[in-house]
Amino acid sequence: MFTYYLQLGLRSLRRNPALTALMVMAIGFGVAASMITYSVFRAVSGNPIPGKSAQLFTPQVDGWGPQQNLKGEPAEALGYIDAMALMRAHEAKRQTFLYPVQLSVMLGGSRDLPLNANGYAVTADFFSMFEVPFRYGGGWSAQDDDARASAVVISGKLNAKLFGGADSVGRTFNLGGHDYHVVGVTSQWNPRPRFYDLFSTNGFADEPDIYMVFSRALDLQMRSGGRNSCRGSLSYTTWQGYLQSNCVWITPWVELDSPAEVASYRRFLTNYAADQQHAGRFGWAANVRLRDVMQWLDYEHVVPPESRISLVVALGFFLICLVNTIGLLLAKFMRRSGEIGVRRALGATRREIYTQYLIEAATIGLAGGVLGLLLTAVGVSGVGILFRPEIAKLARLDVSLVGLTLVVAIIATVLAAFYPAWRAAHVQPAWQLKSS
Amino acid sequence: MNFQVRPILTALRRHKAGTMLIALQIALTLAIVCNALFIIHQRLGNLSASSGVDEANVFVIANMWADMGQSTSQIDAQVRADLIALRQLPAVGDATPASGYPLRGGGWDNFVTMTPDQVKPTTDSAVYTGDEHFIDTLGLNLVAGRNFRADEVMVMGTQEAVTPPTVIVSKALADRLFPDGNALGKSFYAMGTTPSTIVGIVDPLHRQGVDQWSNGYAGQSLIWPMRADDSRGVYYIVRARPGQLADAMREVPKALYAQSRMRIIDPKDGIQDYATIRHKVYDSDRGMAILMGIISVVLLAITAAGIVGLTSFWVGQRRKQIGVRRALGARQRDILAYFLTENFLISASGAVLGIVLGFAFNLWTVTHFAMDRMSLVYVGLGVLMLVLLGQAATLAPALRASRVSPVEATRSV
Repeated sequence: MFTYYLQLGLRSLRRNPALTALMVMAIGFGVAASMITYSVFRAVSGNPIPGKSAQLFTPQVDGWGPQQNLKGEPAEALGYIDAMALMRAHEAKRQTFLYPVQLSVMLGGSRDLPLNANGYAVTADFFSMFEVPFRYGGGWSAQDDDARASAVVISGKLNAKLFGGADSVGRTFNLGGHDYHVVGVTSQWNPRPRFYDLFSTNGFADEPDIYMVFSRALDLQMRSGGRNSCRGSLSYTTWQGYLQSNCVWITPWVELDSPAEVASYRRFLTNYAADQQHAGRFGWAANVRLRDVMQWLDYEHVVPPESRISLVVALGFFLICLVNTIGLLLAKFMRRSGEIGVRRALGATRREIYTQYLIEAATIGLAGGVLGLLLTAVGVSGVGILFRPEIAKLARLDVSLVGLTLVVAIIATVLAAFYPAWRAAHVQPAWQLKSS
Repeated sequence: MNFQVRPILTALRRHKAGTMLIALQIALTLAIVCNALFIIHQRLGNLSASSGVDEANVFVIANMWADMGQSTSQIDAQVRADLIALRQLPAVGDATPASGYPLRGGGWDNFVTMTPDQVKPTTDSAVYTGDEHFIDTLGLNLVAGRNFRADEVMVMGTQEAVTPPTVIVSKALADRLFPDGNALGKSFYAMGTTPSTIVGIVDPLHRQGVDQWSNGYAGQSLIWPMRADDSRGVYYIVRARPGQLADAMREVPKALYAQSRMRIIDPKDGIQDYATIRHKVYDSDRGMAILMGIISVVLLAITAAGIVGLTSFWVGQRRKQIGVRRALGARQRDILAYFLTENFLISASGAVLGIVLGFAFNLWTVTHFAMDRMSLVYVGLGVLMLVLLGQAATLAPALRASRVSPVEATRSV
């Protein structure tokens, strides 16, 4: 029976092509608009580190006070003094401190011009905390941190440029005028959004090229290659003076495995800030935060407003297309009242009429879904004109999106058909037979 | 025509579903279209903001130093040598060192206070640094006061907070700080321990950022006479001689590398003209406007098509009644008016719901994204558009209805 109804449905589609085309186009455009904006939204709102997002926390300490902080919220990064204090206290099982660095890579020989390398100065736990995958070697140890070692981890991409992609662990190269030895080469690793550095990036930067030892970068007086935010009047003229200022530029992360650990770390932070108040460094009560990855992404508004607004608008658009489809299906089905009357008089039950028309609607949904798929494919490849390039390139047409497009189109159309099909099933046979 | 409304309402009650569907569709379409119009207008407004820069002839080079261990005096010597070389190029009109440039998409900004011990800032200003060639290079419009003198230009090393005693401000900042208009010669503090005295006013000078934060301080910027000799790198802003932009953009990197190879100018985006800079910084605004435009057009088309479809169906259903009315003396005009009035009534009731939905959506964007409140103009425009659209979409089926012959009344009754 199903295939017979399907055939009937397909035949009926051909009967008034204009109306059918209109419905298919409405469904197609509606579903495509929703899917294109959803593909972008999905990419920017995902969990970048699903296995651990609830164990990783970024501590914030208000070093600016109620008059100068961010409307009551502490700064989004730490200054040197607070970062060092938290680092030394080492209250979490694992912790890392980081800031972006910008370096030049000197290639061997004088023919080649130097290359730009972006990356981070980090402490040893960075790699294990964030589960950085390695192709060769690994991260460095806490001893290397203490020894201010000239160790670096480089990306696979930079490794390809410098060493032709070979295992370069132990090899040495020149970064910004100093020699460094490679201890590890990462496999492609660029979690998006880049939760660990939302202070300096919008979360969607290209993969970093290098990771160097935090203490080494401080020794070289390397200024942050990212943001730097200060309050009040500034008078520093030296690196030491800068470190002692209220400028924030270091992002801290701690790993806390249980609610008890979280509570204990929060207590520690509050006590630390209270101690600073007692010591006279802060002229205000403790104001600290401890947000995990998802809370941090949310607080930092990582999902661009454009993405959220366009998704909502596209869903509204789809809803209108469905309302439109309901109206048109109603017109299409009721136009065949006579035919329904005959079938009912010949013994078809209401349920059978109902099923038939739902299946007919499903064929329209399928056709709309196929059109929607084509439009989505075009849209996803052309999404670069709608969103910033670094975000647009995250939108992909994968198997799940293809499936979702078809399923959404069919289900939505069948839902839209409930009422028109119900009306069709309730056609009074006697009435129709009399008047035709 | 008043006498016609009552029978229409009675007739509408007989097909509630279709009526409600059209009204709902018009309501939703109105809600989205008026918001889309509002967003488009706002975003296009951002896009056309004037930067104050002579954009046709100016370009920017992002120059990174390869050796990051240089002292400030070494860097300063290199910067000055570079500038002399750049200014001598035949296609180059002028050049300046800088720590940033308008429409860069974010960068250095300082809070501004009137006294050194004021804790709560008065306002915020974008900070530009450059030498005495800055104003000429960017082609800024100096509306009051004077340019910097060469002897006022200071040196700012990598880790130094330097506050020059003189400053040139944008008119927006001058007006914000000194509303009575006599800003020239007055001074203020921009996160320094010493004041800066205003020697000149330019108008306009856009900030580096175009984000929400920057828009709160729109057009407020200051220029300090400094060469920012940062160990990481420097921007060179260059003005080409008229019509020689392409030549200048080709010559400049060659000239710089001839000075020294220990620098990095990214081959991809190390040199950008202002067309590129503007295009990049506004891409999300432009994308949003395009998306809203596409959605509005498709939406209006689909709604119109839906109205045509349903009205045609109604006309088909009511051929007999129309025939009867015609036989009883109704003119073609009356039939036409009947359907147009019917559509008008449905559109109007849909529009009422649509206005509520439209404001609800706007309120959501206001509370969640700190966007502006939509003015009534856009709602009015949306209502007008949809009512006209409804009438236009009804016209064809209504005309067909009006041509129904009175003879139909006699058939198959």
